[in-house]
Amino acid sequence: MDTCIQKIREIAFQLLDKKEVERVIGFSNGTIPMATSPITIASKQDTEKLVFNSTCGLNLANYIRQQKGKIAVIAKGCDSRNIVTHIIENQVKRDQIYIIGVPCKGMINKSKIKALFEDDILKFDEDGDTLTVESSSKKETLSKKEYLRDNCRLCQHKNPVIYDILAGDPVKEQVLDVPYPDVEKIAALDADARWIHFQELTKNCIRCYACRNACPLCYCPTCFVDESGPQWVGKGQDKTDVNTFHFLRAFHCAGRCTDCGACVEACPMDINVRDFTRKLNKDAFDMFGWEAGLDQTKRPPLDAYSPDDPNDFIK
Amino acid sequence: MGNLLEHMGIERDRIHFSWISSAEATKFVDVVKEISNKVRALGPNKKLVKDYN
Ligand code: SF4
Ligand code: SF4
Ligand code: SF4
Repeated sequence: MDTCIQKIREIAFQLLDKKEVERVIGFSNGTIPMATSPITIASKQDTEKLVFNSTCGLNLANYIRQQKGKIAVIAKGCDSRNIVTHIIENQVKRDQIYIIGVPCKGMINKSKIKALFEDDILKFDEDGDTLTVESSSKKETLSKKEYLRDNCRLCQHKNPVIYDILAGDPVKEQVLDVPYPDVEKIAALDADARWIHFQELTKNCIRCYACRNACPLCYCPTCFVDESGPQWVGKGQDKTDVNTFHFLRAFHCAGRCTDCGACVEACPMDINVRDFTRKLNKDAFDMFGWEAGLDQTKRPPLDAYSPDDPNDFIK
Repeated sequence: MGNLLEHMGIERDRIHFSWISSAEATKFVDVVKEISNKVRALGPNKKLVKDYN
């Protein structure tokens, strides 16, 4: 299975062996098949625990803040853009992290695969574009292309934008004529239909905040949803509170979101919360020509004033 | 912000932004008139409203 893992392990081993970094943040196998979880390793013997495959959909940039000493982190294209965002927002210093970049071939949509089975998945293997998934009742051979996550399908930055070393050969980037077809589809509906779309989208939300916790952008010491004085938003599942949470969470990510999909990956209710953030990503692109996390030297649009900023919304 | 609210299905005419100095009394009156006219035309808002019953 060519998923750069041998190379990643080798690099991690060397870094720990030469004491160039104190810890390496990567992925390890999860407790169930078709799952991986973040892991921090500090000893070179543990590098065998590292894995990398198309189930590594979480974003490791989320774990690099407030670390002591120099650390190494494994970064896909989108993760590397969140690292850039962290650097811009003074959450980490560039020289404190050693970035092991992984040119990314896309991550899989686990829910879509689970939906093919009535019982639990017991085995998951991948070889290039071929996925083999087994439960106790059947075995499916799938093409990974067909089961990519929505954000990976639309991703135009698969290669890490910053790195100290690459664990594989760069992959070919796609250039999309229509980068936001999903946003346009919703925008084409009338106001009431859009409202219904978002009501339907969030109706199963249990306010677990997994989407927020998985997102590298959400690092406020106290999130607005947890504040109690003042209490900005009700804490239950009242639909207006749920909408307010989603609307504000998305807005706090405006001009910063890299569409890494970690929020959707983490949601236990399979809610595509990207429907909120994608609209803001599109606006940032249309109004400011901005895509988050591409350039360490540029301030994000909501953080900088320019006389050319669009301002016809204000009276 | 207005764009995302509109995208979520809140009518554009309910969302207004303005910058008015404390010395601009007439501008304040004009803006409030315009807002109330537009919102009145839309009728009562039923979205993003908390129902306590
Ligand atoms: S969004 Fe792009 S870089 Fe990130 S996992 Fe998907 S394909 Fe890879
Ligand atoms: S909002 Fe979601 S897609 Fe955007 S950066 Fe955060 S986790 Fe990634
Ligand atoms: S992870 Fe899903 S269920 Fe949990 S708060 Fe976010 S959208 Fe709601």
